[in-house]
Amino acid sequence: MSEGRPRHAGLNLGDTDAQADEGAGSAMFGFWMFLMSDALVFALLFATYGVMQHATAGGPGPATEYKIGPTFIETLVLLTSSVTYGMASVAMKHGAAIRHIMLWLAVTLSLGLLFLALELHDFADMFAHGAYPSRSGFLSAFFGLVPLHGLHVLIGGLWLVVMMVQLRVFGTDPQVKINLLRLGLFWHFLDIVWIAIFSTVYLPGLIR
Amino acid sequence: MSAPVWPAVLGRFGWQDLPFVLAWQHPTINELIGAGAAAMVVIGAGVVALLLTVTHRWRWLWSEWLTSLDHKKIGIMYIVIAFVMLARALIEANLMRLQQATAINAPGIVAPEHFAELFSTHGSIMIFFMAMPFLTGVINYLVPLQIGARDVAFPLLNAIGLWLTGSGAALMMISLVIGRFSTGGWSGYPPYTEIAFNPGVGPDYWIWAVTLGSIASTLAGINIAVTIYKMRCPGMHLMRMQMFCWTSLCTAILMVFAMPPLTVATALLALDRYLGFHFFTNAAGGNMMNYANLFWMFGHPEVYIVILPAFGIYSEVVSTFSSKELYGYVSLVIATMGIAVLSFTVWLHHFFTMGQSPSINAAFGIATMAIGVPTGVKIYNWIWTMFRGEVRFATPMLYALAFMMTFVLGGLTGIILAFPPLDYVVHNTTFLVAHFHNMLIPGTLYGLIAAYTFWFPKAFGFRLNETWGRIACGCWVIGFYLAFMPLYVLGAAGLARRTQAIDEAAYRPWLYAAELGAVILFCALAALIVQLWVSVRDRHANRVFAGDPWDGRGLEWSVSAPPPEYNFAHLPHVEQRHAFYDDKRRHAPYAPPPHYDAIAMPRNSAVAPVIGIASAIAGFALVWYIWWLAIAGLVAIIATVIARSFVRDTERTIPAAEVEREQALWLHAVDKAHPVPRERELTPANQGLAEVHR
Repeated sequence: MSEGRPRHAGLNLGDTDAQADEGAGSAMFGFWMFLMSDALVFALLFATYGVMQHATAGGPGPATEYKIGPTFIETLVLLTSSVTYGMASVAMKHGAAIRHIMLWLAVTLSLGLLFLALELHDFADMFAHGAYPSRSGFLSAFFGLVPLHGLHVLIGGLWLVVMMVQLRVFGTDPQVKINLLRLGLFWHFLDIVWIAIFSTVYLPGLIR
Repeated sequence: MSAPVWPAVLGRFGWQDLPFVLAWQHPTINELIGAGAAAMVVIGAGVVALLLTVTHRWRWLWSEWLTSLDHKKIGIMYIVIAFVMLARALIEANLMRLQQATAINAPGIVAPEHFAELFSTHGSIMIFFMAMPFLTGVINYLVPLQIGARDVAFPLLNAIGLWLTGSGAALMMISLVIGRFSTGGWSGYPPYTEIAFNPGVGPDYWIWAVTLGSIASTLAGINIAVTIYKMRCPGMHLMRMQMFCWTSLCTAILMVFAMPPLTVATALLALDRYLGFHFFTNAAGGNMMNYANLFWMFGHPEVYIVILPAFGIYSEVVSTFSSKELYGYVSLVIATMGIAVLSFTVWLHHFFTMGQSPSINAAFGIATMAIGVPTGVKIYNWIWTMFRGEVRFATPMLYALAFMMTFVLGGLTGIILAFPPLDYVVHNTTFLVAHFHNMLIPGTLYGLIAAYTFWFPKAFGFRLNETWGRIACGCWVIGFYLAFMPLYVLGAAGLARRTQAIDEAAYRPWLYAAELGAVILFCALAALIVQLWVSVRDRHANRVFAGDPWDGRGLEWSVSAPPPEYNFAHLPHVEQRHAFYDDKRRHAPYAPPPHYDAIAMPRNSAVAPVIGIASAIAGFALVWYIWWLAIAGLVAIIATVIARSFVRDTERTIPAAEVEREQALWLHAVDKAHPVPRERELTPANQGLAEVHR
């Protein structure tokens, strides 16, 4: 493989670390396939939500339960965390100091945790209004979809912590680099899912 | 449900959840059958453990098999699981047939609830723990060998898939001993399986066993697809792959995209049951049609997941035993891909009668019939492959021939069912049962057993006994026709599927015939066991160490039997399709390579067994509401994954000298072997070296 020719979609390590790039081909392709499978899980839950959004069974509906303000802030926080993760990736690719990569990962982690805190606050609010999953089909579909994204963010956060420890232990060995690339795909994927949630769950719910 | 014994620790377990206790209290034939089945599981496990202890083989089992990341061993372990589960599900099939044959205006031998458990476990096992592990095992074993690779792309993930499948199967077995299984059928339709109607542990066993199987298959699919896309040896273009690799690739793609709907369906059903969600309930806005759609969005592609690998197997078998190149390779590739794509467009035909408009039904009916076209292409391809070939009727070929006849019949009744007005008449009758068995038995089971017979000498180094193979084949074929042709008649006459008691005396002769068929099918399995026994006994006479007993075409035949751990001492470089077949005729396939290199192979790992056992424990704990144990299992899984990510020393190197020694041994054996002409390939003269005419 000549340098500069990408082995996989996304950020490649070809021109800075040939050894890590060598192993990245199937590793990243496999992760893309996993993400496709995971995307399908979300697609099916979106479809379920679409079918059930009117099944409020006389309980709370989207218009009273969704809040544009907090949701918009959550969106900004999560999108920003994608930018900071991107900074970590670029720093890793170009051989920046470990401290430098760690800093960006730490910022990403804090933004992720902030997002989770805001989201949990929203859910607590909904529960306080009697909008809990066993109340109606609509709320079941909502709590089947949106918290699953939150669970993904939580797993991503745990993964971030593990990667920070590994950076400390191993430095940037090829395995750490490949796993940082994978985590990057995962983190950006969660952004895309969130954008879909914001624009097909929250916005239409508020317009009505 | 009985009173819990110790709820804080054992959840909702009560003494009456043990079939032995029930049989003691009410010694009816129904309870005795339940206790007998439980005893078989306990005694079976005990005997295996005892044998391992007596022969001091625990350590061997652990280090040679359970922790191995060798794709060949993982493949074989998948197939062992499949055979064990096949035996159980076939016994259940026999019980069901016996029940219907004895319950004509009479009570029969098993109670209605028990009968419902039987058809639920039979279906769930045959699909998730017989067909899936069997085909995954065959793919695992063969694909790296056929594409000229030393292993799969993700060896550890491969082992984890095996262990998750194993833990799902273990949950199925445990459900025989502790508690009861679901009565909701293999498709587990709510609202019947909802907590309101089914508060017991049965549906929960079903949910977690199937979920584990589903996740395992997703992982297997990712692994197989990446292996085929990324690990092919130099010169192995996609269009030079063996047909089996193509069908495996399509199967893998289907697994990646079709298992998530199943995982979502079971997960949402679990949310309904455990946390009171309303996805599929009758009340509060739930809608069970969501479940029907989700389940069959998995369920239909699943049909092709289990059938496509068999199509690949038949392609290999027919072409090898006709001594002819596969006719219409490109059209077969296109047909396989066509089937894979179309399989996602027909799921609604599983519930034509559940309230869609006629135009929607018509669209899905037409799409369903369209799948018949690429399937028909394949049948013609195999027929044309045999045409003017030198066809040899070895056992795998007999399965292939039986398949072609029988599968076409099943396809014709499929066209009947694809036609919505006719489906309204026969849906939910034994006509449907006959139809899908008519597809799956020849389309999957015959194929997998043909693969077992065909590649067994490759995996173990000796041929299987031919006589017992033919007896087994004859039993599978005759048994199938006797067991299922009557069900077409009964279904057309109006016998609903899953009927525990029959009140129509005119059904009697047909039910007796079906019962006889079931017994013959059981004899087929017994013949396979005898065959294995006899073959192991006579193994020294039937060695094929040279590795090519059938004058094979793919690269898997170009190495010793059994192949070395690293498959190829020197990675092959291919220049055309059927490289080995052609090599034998034009070049020198058994020439030693110019030089030997050290080979890095994955080290054994206990990660997969730990994850498998932890997930079985977590699943069991969730079934019984033993929350502390469920959390412990989940934490163990996460901790294991994290701990593994810190392991850097994952490979061991096989020195060049060892590779050279093994290769020299094999090449020497090839040198000494007498080439066998095709007409004597079923005799001990076959030492695995094919006589070829240059």
